Amino acid sequence: MLEIKDLHATVDDKEILRGVSLTVKRGEVHAIMGPNGSGKSTLAKVLAGHPSYEVISGEVLFDGKNLLELDPDERAREGVFLAFQYPVELPGVSNAQFLRLAYNEKQKHLGEEELDPLEFKDLLAERAKIVEMDAGLMSRSVNEGFSGGEKKRNEILQMAVLEPELAVLDETDSGLDIDALRIVSEGVNRLRGPDNAIILVTHYQRLLNYIVPDFVHVLSKGRIVRSGGKELALELEEKGYDWLKEASDEQPSAANA
Amino acid sequence: MTQAIKEESLYGAALRRMQDKTDSPSWIKRLRESALERFEETGFPTVDQEDWKYTNVAPIARSDFAPASPAGVAEISGEAIRPYAYAESSQSSLVFVNGAYQSQFSTLAALPEGVVVAPLSEALTGAHEPVLREYLARAINAETDGFAALNTAFAGQHGAFIYLPTGAQVETPIHLLFLATESEQPLAVFPRVLIVAERESAATVIEDYQTTDEAAYFTNAAVEVFVKENARVVHYKVQHESDQAFHIAATHAELERSSVYDLTTITLGARLSRHGINIKLAHEGAECWVDGLYLVGDGQHADTHSLIDHIAPHCPSHQLYKGILDGKSRAVFNGKVFVHKDARQTDAMQTNKNLLLSREARIDTKPQLEIFNDDVKCAHGATVGQLEEEELFYLASRGLHPELARNLLTYGFAEELVEKIKIESIKKQLDEAILNRLHARLEA
Repeated sequence: MLEIKDLHATVDDKEILRGVSLTVKRGEVHAIMGPNGSGKSTLAKVLAGHPSYEVISGEVLFDGKNLLELDPDERAREGVFLAFQYPVELPGVSNAQFLRLAYNEKQKHLGEEELDPLEFKDLLAERAKIVEMDAGLMSRSVNEGFSGGEKKRNEILQMAVLEPELAVLDETDSGLDIDALRIVSEGVNRLRGPDNAIILVTHYQRLLNYIVPDFVHVLSKGRIVRSGGKELALELEEKGYDWLKEASDEQPSAANA
Repeated sequence: MTQAIKEESLYGAALRRMQDKTDSPSWIKRLRESALERFEETGFPTVDQEDWKYTNVAPIARSDFAPASPAGVAEISGEAIRPYAYAESSQSSLVFVNGAYQSQFSTLAALPEGVVVAPLSEALTGAHEPVLREYLARAINAETDGFAALNTAFAGQHGAFIYLPTGAQVETPIHLLFLATESEQPLAVFPRVLIVAERESAATVIEDYQTTDEAAYFTNAAVEVFVKENARVVHYKVQHESDQAFHIAATHAELERSSVYDLTTITLGARLSRHGINIKLAHEGAECWVDGLYLVGDGQHADTHSLIDHIAPHCPSHQLYKGILDGKSRAVFNGKVFVHKDARQTDAMQTNKNLLLSREARIDTKPQLEIFNDDVKCAHGATVGQLEEEELFYLASRGLHPELARNLLTYGFAEELVEKIKIESIKKQLDEAILNRLHARLEA
């Protein structure tokens, strides 16, 4: 479904991704771990098409299509979703209105029926249960005055409404207390299925106790330096990231070959 | 100069014709004549004057606007008027078409006893003539500026008188509709509104400028509001004139002890508009809100000049103005808060925020504080910005087309003011205007 080949990307002329390669198939959950500054969030934003990041070489294929040629909104309608590390506040734009517009844009793209506000309300109420979201937050401005946990739950609610084929969750666990982490993780697990794929970008192993990945990749200095199964996360938990200091100066690992 | 002389004599001749026809009291005839004299001395303001340096009214001075007749039944059907009626005011509205009062479209059935809502021309010869004599032109007169002088010269020809006796509570909003329709020649209309709210009375007034026609005409309006002790006046001014029209308006309010005046202005139309606001917090504990939204597009110029005059102690004032500018448009916001020496414990808050949607749009914003007392709480600020890239990206990442994302954020910017409006019909009209302007695909 997703093929990233030797991806190099810069922000403010600084090369952050220095040859990332990764293949993700339907039904898989991949965790991308690594220390601060390793390029994890950059990878997430490049996949979503953030205008501040420039791809200088490499390729990203999504269902065989060249993802990098598409604008961010086109990528989203094709089924790519980014859960933001820092969800943006939209004063004056109600959550329900925003979610319905996003939902209808996608329906239109798929040639399916759009929903009016009343019909959408039912759908939203049903999806909101997945993240135990308070109905009162729906009429409020998007993320404005939301707690950290509510913002992250709102991201997963958007994912539940849009049902993306590929969801990239950028540090969705950061800043969450244990209850919020449980709710968010259970939400993601319910959305996990044989037809979609999830990339979890995280600094901490803790999240992976709740959302168990099929593969774990370690990113360091813009390259994937190790790949393995879920047990790799535990190893990282034990050893920390210090060992990477030597590893990342060597040639990229097999994952990049 | 020859232009100006020709122009002034045109207004003068029209006034003399009107004076002869009406049986108005002699004091108002004298008021008009001296105002006309004053206007003929001063003429229209020019860009050399500090207060007018961003707004050039020469196109008004150059044009041959014919003062509209104060009377006459408009050739317009009830069907054509209906879209401009507000359901909330179905039994409390006065309709003026091209300045002339239209009794056939007006109804005041919902008003409590003792409350007067009448065209000024009728009120001048009625039982409340002494009230008019006492208050008319007390706040806005020939000395205010050239436009006020010209309006005063025609005072009582177009416009309304609202009188709330002591303790009167008017539940339904009073709608004053000033509708412009097609006319043989470009008209000048001089709406004049006097509102006197006696002690402990309360009412909501909608001063509403609409058009059925996209022609050039000139509205020169003046509204005086006197809010007595403990009285409460909520005032909406909706300016939705033709995109070719000129709209110059003044709103002056004097607030007595513990009274409340809540003004919301909505500026959507006119090629050139200017609104001068002067609020006098004259006695202890008076409180005002002065809020507004201006939404201008290609070829439009909207100017707001306000003065919140803190004369007495313990008066809070709140001002929020928001502007959305698109295309080659221009807006001016000049807001002064003046705190007099005796006005201790003043609490004044003033904000002006602008959203520029085009590189060709221009805003000149100048919030000003002048404070002559130490024991006060005053804050003011202005912002000018574009839509945030991060917000646009967030919406794009959810699949919203860029144009829709821009519209949604712009709508969100206006929402803070839309939310304040308590009259659904106005809110809906504003929603539609915003959405039409943005060609948005948002409904409900």
